[in-house]
Amino acid sequence: MKAVRVLSPTGMLGAGFAQSTVDRGLDLGADVISVDAGSTDSGPHYLGSGTPKTTAAAVARDLRVLLRAAAKAGIPLVVGSCGTSGTDSGVDWVAGMVEDILCEEGLDLSVATIRSEQRADFLKARLRAGAVHPLAPARELDEATVDSCTHVVGMMGHEPIEEALRAGADVVLAGRATDTAVAAAFPLMKGMPAGPTWHAAKIVECGGQCTTNPRTGGVLATIDENGFTIEPLDPDAACTPISVAAHMLYETVNPFRMREPAGELDVEHATYTALDDRRVRVEGSLFHLADQHTVKLEGARVTGYETMSFTAIRDEHILANIEAWTELFDKIFTERVAQTLGLDGSEYTYDLRRYGYDAVLGDLEPASRPPREIGVMLLVRAATQELATAAAKVANPLMLHLPTPDMDYLPSLAFATSPAETERGPVYEFVLNHVVDTRTPTEMFRIDLRKARTHD
Amino acid sequence: MTDQSTPTFGDLALEVRSKNAGPFWVTMELFMRDEAGYALAAAPENVNEDVIAALYAVRAEDVQIFRIPALNVVKISFPRPVSQAGLHDRDVHAGQHHVPLAALRPVSPEPV
Repeated sequence: MKAVRVLSPTGMLGAGFAQSTVDRGLDLGADVISVDAGSTDSGPHYLGSGTPKTTAAAVARDLRVLLRAAAKAGIPLVVGSCGTSGTDSGVDWVAGMVEDILCEEGLDLSVATIRSEQRADFLKARLRAGAVHPLAPARELDEATVDSCTHVVGMMGHEPIEEALRAGADVVLAGRATDTAVAAAFPLMKGMPAGPTWHAAKIVECGGQCTTNPRTGGVLATIDENGFTIEPLDPDAACTPISVAAHMLYETVNPFRMREPAGELDVEHATYTALDDRRVRVEGSLFHLADQHTVKLEGARVTGYETMSFTAIRDEHILANIEAWTELFDKIFTERVAQTLGLDGSEYTYDLRRYGYDAVLGDLEPASRPPREIGVMLLVRAATQELATAAAKVANPLMLHLPTPDMDYLPSLAFATSPAETERGPVYEFVLNHVVDTRTPTEMFRIDLRKARTHD
Repeated sequence: MTDQSTPTFGDLALEVRSKNAGPFWVTMELFMRDEAGYALAAAPENVNEDVIAALYAVRAEDVQIFRIPALNVVKISFPRPVSQAGLHDRDVHAGQHHVPLAALRPVSPEPV
């Protein structure tokens, strides 16, 4: 092949896109459809609990459009980071939907799943072998931290996806993968050069984000031996040299260099040239193969259970004296929790947030305008749900009636809901920010191919 | 000297934004309107590691600054001071933390 055309319909499977986006991509000769289905951006809950952020109906709708398109054009479909976090449960969730849709639509496609969840004993053995290293700002990993995680995934590069495609998969459903590997695997397999391929993969990973109108659907990247050309699939949207170059800034620490399992993308000397008013040509991207192939780990663990309560203040006097009110809340709340539940500060923690005043930025808040109203959110975390809720209920009379110290009557504040308390269940934190030195690029991933009947 | 009549970087920018860069880093960008605005934002006396450290209560040695004249962009990255979605994280996507940066005023209103 002299060039490979990658169709990226959206930045997130389940976010939705127009049928016309995909139709236009096929008309332009797409050779592969790639789509990302995951992210850590919404927090550790999804990895920690192994549940998706997206709703099944939305994911199934997008999958149906893409599976029909892949079957019609006879091109592969690659889905990365299935089920938001790429846990095995996320891969199974998407694979179940794919199976149902293929059956309903009468489509005969070979489907490969690639599992990326990691066992604690494997990780501890690699740790003991000195093959696990921290990434800034993390410290050295220890075995107790590995054991504390509810789920650990490894972020695959292009290699396991390429292996599944070579084995004959029409549809690849990958667990956790780098956003770029999903789009890079097929062009690399077809012999496209690494620099332009990885750069194009980074540019298309968020769908229309690299265009002048990010809400209008996907993009098509045409990769060849010298570079790549990028164009939006909505005829009214445009890619400009600025919109494409600026996408390297999005959610990256360093806009010029990006580490992949196999090496590092280097776009320091890339050039961005307008071919016309909506297509951009990119050349000069480099990829430096690393001496050691590495796989990045993501892990999450339970930090406790939370209960939330929310009330609101409109009383002008309390608004004008909100610091004194907060101080009084802290004093009485901690005293009452100790007195009634017998808990000291080591057995529960809480965060009192004053929305409308300084909740979002806290001490960083530069504004000094008086607020019209303040929403007061109390979040309590403890080792069990019962304790968290008990403490939040101790706060209930305060969130209803607490005055400022100089008031000689009890106000009644505005609870948002009844009951005031909402149990949030277990809460999680990300604890791994480490890489594993691999012995082969695929050893940490498990490929399972179900051949289509016609391929037998 | 800075005073309230000096425009902020937010006034001089097309867009100032912030976002998570993975679970452990925050990144933010000043998309300046023109070369004059870029010159102010890129001037080390206006935006440097110590200024960012003071603005966001982080360590100066952890701050990375990228000055990109081709895009009129100054990009700033540093480790997330608060664990993502932890009890004390009030901005899970770090999408509102550009505001202190946007409110910053250049020390000198003239490009240097």
